[in-house]
Amino acid sequence: MDARLNEFTVPQFTAVAAPPPPGEAVVSLRDFTRRFGENTIISGLDLEIGAGEFVVLLGRSGSGKTTLLRTLAGLDPVEGQDVTVPSSRAVVFQDARLLPWKKVWRNVALGLKGADSRDAAQDALQEVGLGHRLEAWPLTLSGGEAQRVALARALVREPQLLLLDEPFAALDALTRLRMHELVLSLWRRHRPAVMMVTHDVDEAIALADRVILLDGGRIVAQERITAARGAERAGIAAPLRQRLLSALGGVVEERPADVVALHAGARP
Amino acid sequence: MSGLTQLTKSLGRTVGGARWLSPLVLLAVLEAGSRAGLIPERTLAAPSKVLATLWSMIVSGELADNLWVSSLRIIAGLVIGVSVGVVLALVAGLSRQGEVAVDPIMQIKRTIPTLALTPLFIVWFGIGETPKIALIAFASIFPVYLNLYSGIRGVDLRLLEGARSLGLSRAAQVWHVILPGALPSLLVGLRYSLSISVLVLVVAEQINASAGLGYLINNARDFMRTDIILVCLMIYAGLGLAADGLVRAIERRALVWRPELVPA
Ligand SMILES: Nc1ncnc2c1ncn2[C@@H]1O[C@H](COP(=O)(O)OP(=O)(O)O)[C@@H](O)[C@H]1O
Ligand SMILES: [Mg+2]
Repeated sequence: MDARLNEFTVPQFTAVAAPPPPGEAVVSLRDFTRRFGENTIISGLDLEIGAGEFVVLLGRSGSGKTTLLRTLAGLDPVEGQDVTVPSSRAVVFQDARLLPWKKVWRNVALGLKGADSRDAAQDALQEVGLGHRLEAWPLTLSGGEAQRVALARALVREPQLLLLDEPFAALDALTRLRMHELVLSLWRRHRPAVMMVTHDVDEAIALADRVILLDGGRIVAQERITAARGAERAGIAAPLRQRLLSALGGVVEERPADVVALHAGARP
Repeated sequence: MSGLTQLTKSLGRTVGGARWLSPLVLLAVLEAGSRAGLIPERTLAAPSKVLATLWSMIVSGELADNLWVSSLRIIAGLVIGVSVGVVLALVAGLSRQGEVAVDPIMQIKRTIPTLALTPLFIVWFGIGETPKIALIAFASIFPVYLNLYSGIRGVDLRLLEGARSLGLSRAAQVWHVILPGALPSLLVGLRYSLSISVLVLVVAEQINASAGLGYLINNARDFMRTDIILVCLMIYAGLGLAADGLVRAIERRALVWRPELVPA
């Protein structure tokens, strides 16, 4: 099983050679640094994300994950640094950020041009299983439904790069697993490059082509996972999980990889 | 026996919890006082007399004519004042330079009680319709300005960022996010402006009016007709209630998305 893993764990404070992404890179950062006043949050970071690649950015709270994601989203100034991102991007935040005064389908169609924007919104909502809530007000949605609308709103733009910032952190465990399935099926159908931020190791293992571990604004480890998602992945989960946790500096406890196994059981 | 006690008890509960009771008692006392000659009519007309006067003023059309004149003044003043307030709030709320230019002036304006400007307005505009409308307009600018301005500045930055992340232009962000987000505040400002405009109307119509509610009151004062004065006070109260009801109706339509108004 381990043969399927290419391990890219590197000592801290040295440049990390990014593994070659499949296909051409849609995201590329060279020696990227981000400061807030005196505080350097991200320093000397190199990152490439290939077209259609599913990257999960893992790190403890405050490690700079959101800061990096905001840079890729174009929400923060890059001040002349070497940052390449595709022009079509979409972001899903932890809070769905739907406009409460617009009905669900208008939220999805927000900013779309053309007469068929309602049809496009309807199709996208059907894809996330909310075709029946087109006319609902956002404040009447559950947390999971709101995140599905946010996903639909992101995907209706057919972005080349989909950015997800801890999108399921506020959801209960079962809803979260369903959302994993949904994200994967949407990703397979639309094939955007994805960068998803999480602090949940199991979530990272279940979803990623490549896990990037961020700590103190540096990439401290990367793992490419070639095992197919689902049952096959559950087999390699335990050692991978241990490696990621120890790289995070966390306490590695022996625990069956039940989350991944459960995930495998729910495989489409 | 016990049936009777229960009846008294339930009667006591109904009467005890009724908020309309004390005003009715007050009216009854006033009526009794007038009839007994304890309250002279030139001090306060009896409630029955006030109702009779109200009825005769309705029938003769006197009330409708004067109410119409006053309403036109309020409407003209409000349209001007609210428009100016909205424009200034947009300028100050949506741009830094606008804020620097507009807000200090508005804060100075706030320190001047509008009614203290009456003499100046008479000097400028004479004693016709203009100073009355100008006073109402001037007074209704500020509540709209202040509330809309703070509403714009208080818009949820996360929503704005969400819209930005979808590639919306600045104009589209203003239209889809900032203005709808500030609408509840605007309506609060509108409610204040409406009630202030009624207040200012009372004083503005003391300026040499030949028609309007204020004219009716002034005339009644000269003839010591307390019944007509009381009728006019009732109309003022009615105007205030109507203004409030109007804004509530607008709110119900414009803010249907709010959770407390959304049927679960
Ligand atoms: N706008 C900001 N101004 C100053 N410091 C910030 C700002 N945004 C984030 N930071 C700091 O950057 C660090 C990393 O934050 P963040 O990227 O949000 O972490 P994560 O998403 O990994 O939890 C934190 O220490 C935070 O205080
Ligand atoms: Mg974060």
